[in-house]
Amino acid sequence: MPISRRRLMASGGSLAGLVLTGGLATACGSNTGREGGGASGAPVISQWYHQYGEPGAEQAVKRYAAAYRKAKVTVQWRPGNYDQQTAAALLTDSGPDVFEVNGPTLDQIRGGQVVDLTDLVSNDVRGDFNPTVLAPKVHDGKVWGIPQVIDTQLLYYRKGLLSDAGVEPPQSLDALVDAAKQLAEKLKGKKAKGLFLGNDGGAGVLGGTPLFASGLALITEDGRVGFDDPAAARALGKVHQLHAEKSLLLGAPADWPDPSAFIQGLTAMQWSGLWALPQIKKALGDDFGVLPFPKDGPNGKPAVPVGAYATAVSARSKDKAAAKAYAKWLWVERTDYQEDFALSYGFHIPARTSLAEKAERLREGPAADAVRLATEYGYAEPLLWTPAAKVAYQDALSRVIKDGANPESELRAVVRKTDAELRRVRKSA
Amino acid sequence: MQRTQRSLTARLLGPQNRNLWFWVFVGPFAIGLALFTYVPLAWSVYLSFFDAHNTVSPTHFVGLDNYLSMLGDSAFTSSLWTFVVFTLFIVPATYALALGLALAVNRLRFAQAFFRSVFFLPAACSYVVAALVWKLSIFNGVRFGLANTVLGWFGGDQTAWLSTTHPPWYWLVIVTVRLWLQAGFYMILFLAGLQRVPIQLYEAAAVDGARAGWQTFRHITFPALRATSVAVVLLLVINAFQAFDEFYNLLSDSRGYPPYARPPLVYLYYTALGQGQNLGLGSAGAVILALIVAVVTVAQARWFGLGRKEA
Repeated sequence: MPISRRRLMASGGSLAGLVLTGGLATACGSNTGREGGGASGAPVISQWYHQYGEPGAEQAVKRYAAAYRKAKVTVQWRPGNYDQQTAAALLTDSGPDVFEVNGPTLDQIRGGQVVDLTDLVSNDVRGDFNPTVLAPKVHDGKVWGIPQVIDTQLLYYRKGLLSDAGVEPPQSLDALVDAAKQLAEKLKGKKAKGLFLGNDGGAGVLGGTPLFASGLALITEDGRVGFDDPAAARALGKVHQLHAEKSLLLGAPADWPDPSAFIQGLTAMQWSGLWALPQIKKALGDDFGVLPFPKDGPNGKPAVPVGAYATAVSARSKDKAAAKAYAKWLWVERTDYQEDFALSYGFHIPARTSLAEKAERLREGPAADAVRLATEYGYAEPLLWTPAAKVAYQDALSRVIKDGANPESELRAVVRKTDAELRRVRKSA
Repeated sequence: MQRTQRSLTARLLGPQNRNLWFWVFVGPFAIGLALFTYVPLAWSVYLSFFDAHNTVSPTHFVGLDNYLSMLGDSAFTSSLWTFVVFTLFIVPATYALALGLALAVNRLRFAQAFFRSVFFLPAACSYVVAALVWKLSIFNGVRFGLANTVLGWFGGDQTAWLSTTHPPWYWLVIVTVRLWLQAGFYMILFLAGLQRVPIQLYEAAAVDGARAGWQTFRHITFPALRATSVAVVLLLVINAFQAFDEFYNLLSDSRGYPPYARPPLVYLYYTALGQGQNLGLGSAGAVILALIVAVVTVAQARWFGLGRKEA
């Protein structure tokens, strides 16, 4: 009911979303970041970003916006549940003109909420974007979002702890299961565990990674379910084994995106983002390395999830041409700003191959390994992998990992759901 | 003509402009209620008959499809069961704890006000804050969590309270946070009720030879608290129906919500307002939930005879 929805909006809020209420209040109020028309008569553009944790990022994007001459750009830096905030704001006229989005989702594109940006990305520029992260921004041959920076996730391991336990860095999923078990036994006296895949045992963060590691896909190139295969159930069963053998760290105060558990020695290996690398390097020096999610089975190959926040233009923008021009200026033309944004505040891989190759910081040590792994083994969640299918898969994964549910029957239900979703989006397309 | 018009205006205003003043005082509230409660409510019912992905002005009418797929959605039906189990546990538990506290505090001869405040204080704490304290400091899964430290003194293994499903330790966390937050409030209601029990009843019972303690409680105190009990149970059930805050804050993470301990409101929140943005399906679920709440509340009111005059 709307009553309860309003209530829950007012009272909800995840750990990061404590500020959700404030965010929504501003979304509903008049503070849309769009001030009344500038005195000079230049168009006024409102641009939204989600809150990046890295110091300096906010000042940087505001500096870029201030440097734009053809319009007055106001930047909103939005803490809290950003995806929900933008989804709600796009239903109204008071949303942003230009915004970054963890998408756009297929239903946002199909619902006509975002503007076609194909003409912003000419053919030679288009080839410069990392193809893996650009692919999910393309629907029906049109580009709906311009990738900003690439984020990726990897397996961090403590070299010292592994060699003390006589464990080699695992190169296959079976080896990972064994390594985590041995490390957990070895570290029992220190009340530490072998591997940290998030407080839910990996259901949230792993997503399709084990499927790709066993040589499968979420959705195939021709738009069918990509994991209707016994190899999928086998891989998920092994992730359950990690949980069943009590090798996993669970219930850490900071979840997987934060390297605290790894740095504090609560775990010997942790799945986390590339963004955590500078913090880990500072704390541990050279005593760590990075690995992809190891391959499983004869057709398997290592898997590294990659994704990119993209810049999109709202279809409800009052001046779409000005908004598109600004998006093009910042995220296509100004490569100096793109480079600065990717590399100066935290740790991301630039979405443009030409910039990623130039980047000094990404050329040595574990950072270079990470970039190589992301390029070689990177996979992105396809656009057709809709939220409904994703929730069904994530629920199944959680039941397999934690409850020891039968992976085959769980996956069968997900295949059915995904199939229904694919039919839904094809039918009304 | 002019005369009839004037009399019409006069009639509309009522004697001493009473109608005018009625609307001046009631109008703003009524407008707010209509705008922020009834319009969204009706709109939600309207949305539930449409394929409304990422839109609140849908065009594709689908009839009862949303209702059928919601009722056939095992995640939704299991969320209803989650909620039933939760209610069956939390309502009697809070009731018993609050009544026990009230009886204990009521017997105190000194420092009564102090203990009343101490037990009531948690009611002033927000669900979100309490949930985070429970999640991050008391029941976190690592060696320095409070619960694990205590377990450690007795040689127990560290337990990941919120992510262990066998046994379902997460219920311990969810239930204790709500008990801690709620018990004090209902204790106050019971205290007020206890103070209204006529002292003559106890005196008469004592004269008739009733023993203090269980016998007096069973035959005098408890029946005399009937009106309070009805109100408390009704409020507890409604509160349980609205369960969202502590569940969401304890169990959700940046990637979503686990498939266990997921009450209907949390599930609908993700369906309609998360990345799913399936507002039609979410609205259908909300209508189903509202109907269930209405039926249960009416049945309960009948059962307890809510509003019936005390004999």
